[in-house]
Amino acid sequence: MKIETKPFGLIEIDERQVMSFPQGILGFEQHQQWALLDSTQPPFYWLQSLSDPSLAFVLISPSYFRPDYDPDLSAEDRAVLGTGEVDDILQFAIVTIPEDQNNMTANLQGPILINRKLHRGKQGIQTDPRWKVRHRVVDELASLGVR
Amino acid sequence: MLVLARKLNESIFVGDSVEISIVEIKGDQVKLGIKAPASVKVYRSEVYTAIQEENRHAARSNPVKLPQLPGLFKGDS
Repeated sequence: MKIETKPFGLIEIDERQVMSFPQGILGFEQHQQWALLDSTQPPFYWLQSLSDPSLAFVLISPSYFRPDYDPDLSAEDRAVLGTGEVDDILQFAIVTIPEDQNNMTANLQGPILINRKLHRGKQGIQTDPRWKVRHRVVDELASLGVR
Repeated sequence: MLVLARKLNESIFVGDSVEISIVEIKGDQVKLGIKAPASVKVYRSEVYTAIQEENRHAARSNPVKLPQLPGLFKGDS
């Protein structure tokens, strides 16, 4: 199917990339259909709203810079995502990229959770005080010893 | 919104398994005790607002090019 996207304009996607978010995303509750897209620059992905071509989020896999990230799923998370294998659930953090990309931050307190088998998604809320809405990705990568 | 008045040490049930009690009242601050199963998230509403706000912030960012991050196999893939 063809969709209009913020990063790539009009592109062809597989319907398996379409994820249903029954509750939308915080602040964007009316957007309930999203497409998960690869980016031209791993380890980033895009989450593109199917109801507004100008609305898309950059995502990153949290384990890339925080291997200790282990969000737990609440009863409500499971009610939306479905109970299945642990491996079925993908986790991503929404990234905010300012002018100076060294100041890029990722939100680990509100991860994007996707059940890749059922194609359902939700934004979770983490109560563990280790996880904040702004983690400085470049700094945390540096402290992992990655150069 | 359901509004109930409680005195110190009184409590309210939300559903069958969440109990909220008034643990302390000091000036304009009320301390609440919350008993809930681990599968139910309990958090301050500021967290919700902060995530919403951060989402809006992220949606507005317009990277022309995504950052290049270290630690990956540097190749064409």
